[in-house]
Amino acid sequence: MGWFTRNKEGITTSTKDKKETPEGLWYKCKKCKVIVSVEDHGKNVWVCHNCGHHERINAREYFQLLFDEGKHTELNAKLSSGDPLKFEDTKKYTDRYQASVKKTGLNEAVSTAYGKLNNQDVVIGCMNFNFIGGSMGSVVGEKIARAIDHSLKYHKPFIMISKSGGARMMEAAFSLMQMAKTSSKLAQLGQKGIPYVSVLTDPTTGGVTASFAMLGDINIAEPGALIGFAGPRVVKETIGKDLPEGFQTSEFLLEHGFLDFISHRKDLKAKIGLFLTMTHSQPATEKSTKKK
Amino acid sequence: MEYLDFEKPIEELEAQLAKAQDLEKETETDMSKSVKELQERLESTKKDIYKKLSPWQKVQLSRHPQRPYTLAYIEAMTEGNFLELHGDRGVKDDKAMVGGWGMLNGEPVMFIGQQKGINTKMRQYRNFGMPNPEGYRKALRLMKMAEKFNRPVVSLIDTPGAFPGLEAEERGQGEAIARNIYEMSVLKVPIICVVIGEGASGGALGIGVGDRVLMLENTWYSVISPESCSSILWRSWDYKEQAADALKLTAPDMLKNKLIDGIIKEPLGGAHQKPQEMFEILKKELLKEITELKGKTIDKLIEKRLAKFAKMGAYK
Repeated sequence: MGWFTRNKEGITTSTKDKKETPEGLWYKCKKCKVIVSVEDHGKNVWVCHNCGHHERINAREYFQLLFDEGKHTELNAKLSSGDPLKFEDTKKYTDRYQASVKKTGLNEAVSTAYGKLNNQDVVIGCMNFNFIGGSMGSVVGEKIARAIDHSLKYHKPFIMISKSGGARMMEAAFSLMQMAKTSSKLAQLGQKGIPYVSVLTDPTTGGVTASFAMLGDINIAEPGALIGFAGPRVVKETIGKDLPEGFQTSEFLLEHGFLDFISHRKDLKAKIGLFLTMTHSQPATEKSTKKK
Repeated sequence: MEYLDFEKPIEELEAQLAKAQDLEKETETDMSKSVKELQERLESTKKDIYKKLSPWQKVQLSRHPQRPYTLAYIEAMTEGNFLELHGDRGVKDDKAMVGGWGMLNGEPVMFIGQQKGINTKMRQYRNFGMPNPEGYRKALRLMKMAEKFNRPVVSLIDTPGAFPGLEAEERGQGEAIARNIYEMSVLKVPIICVVIGEGASGGALGIGVGDRVLMLENTWYSVISPESCSSILWRSWDYKEQAADALKLTAPDMLKNKLIDGIIKEPLGGAHQKPQEMFEILKKELLKEITELKGKTIDKLIEKRLAKFAKMGAYK
């Protein structure tokens, strides 16, 4: 016999009498479950004011955060996938793609744009994780390549914010070769002495880690992000035991020498700006005599 | 010789043929007619089977336990004129990635490639051909040496993937592969890459950027193995055949999609049937490519290399 007994069985409030919280007014932190208003959450750059958890945000938010007054011009916004392999598993790739466009209101897993950051011309690419897991297919590779072309043409620094599960399986070897396409463009950027800043955010894994995300002149990460080549589940299966705490986090990568520093999202713009001032602003002596 | 499931008819015919030949010897009767008949049937059966291999069957052939691996190719093609080099100068010597100077008909070449083991013990020693970051860094060290002395690089690709272990993550597997891709795209010497077995994902691409990327006839190259693709997209390991179809991972598919530059023919039934013949074929092909690439200026070569990878993709 329990200590308490119910007077009435079950939940009796009918669905229509339930008090619904209007959507989009409150944000509940995924980590500490503390609730804040969406407005305050946005003001705090989508970082939990209680535990510091950095919520996953898309290109739109990062552009607002990094470009001066949020002003920017998007590049190649209309590019979309050609389904080169007519790929079909349990669903057709084209159906998955259309569903993702509809659900997210985005065109692809990356957006690229140019504008000013602390009054310096820059090109920024940023991945959208909720578009098929931020996976890299032909369009992602092409948009990044074209953004770097813009950087090359106008001698503007390139900033890439990664947030991706890796290659897009439904484009098979096409997606694999995007690793070569993007990395070889970065090699050209490197030869011209134009700075490249890589920002790794939660999560950055697979083919994205094994290409542009790890190739920055500086690699910056947001706190607590999952960053790795193989996913944690695969590594766990490989070694057959539990993974050490903090494995494949930003802090782990910093410790092992693969990041230059970790930055709170609110300091990101200032730190990138400072780096660009150090490396790319007009020096006191004329640079053009030395470099083409 | 080990037979794969789809090779059973060949196994049976070969057994019958051997029996007939034995019987002929023992009983000293003339069986030449039936022997000849069996031989003809065997030949036509082989042709039938090997001509219309499914993608999955090609994957099986690419993993055949008797298929020659990287060092066997290098030893044979250089006729033993091979100076193997070890170590990444940072952590250790990765046994899953081999490399060194080899003489190809008087042509000094830097060889690199993943190495699988030939028996249970060696498979473990070679980590099943799955390199750690130090393997990719060793390969890069050797490629940089080739650049320094202005010699071409030949990369032989045969891996089920880069090793997904704990230490590999600690030492930056992603960074190591990324760095190689980056450096290879602008390396100032000709690079020829050949998939001789399995070309699995970033682990393969980590030594796979070159002026010529070729595949042997019965190999595969893709972003993921058919088994893993099946487990992720179908949530079961049982759809590997469908996954192999869907991934378009065979040499003809890769060529059609302009993701590789050419296909090298194998002896009937696969490289393991006549390894010596295979080594000769590849050697001839490599010498032809090297002569051609050496005739171009390096700036032109790099420009074309970059343009080739920049073109890969399908979008609207």
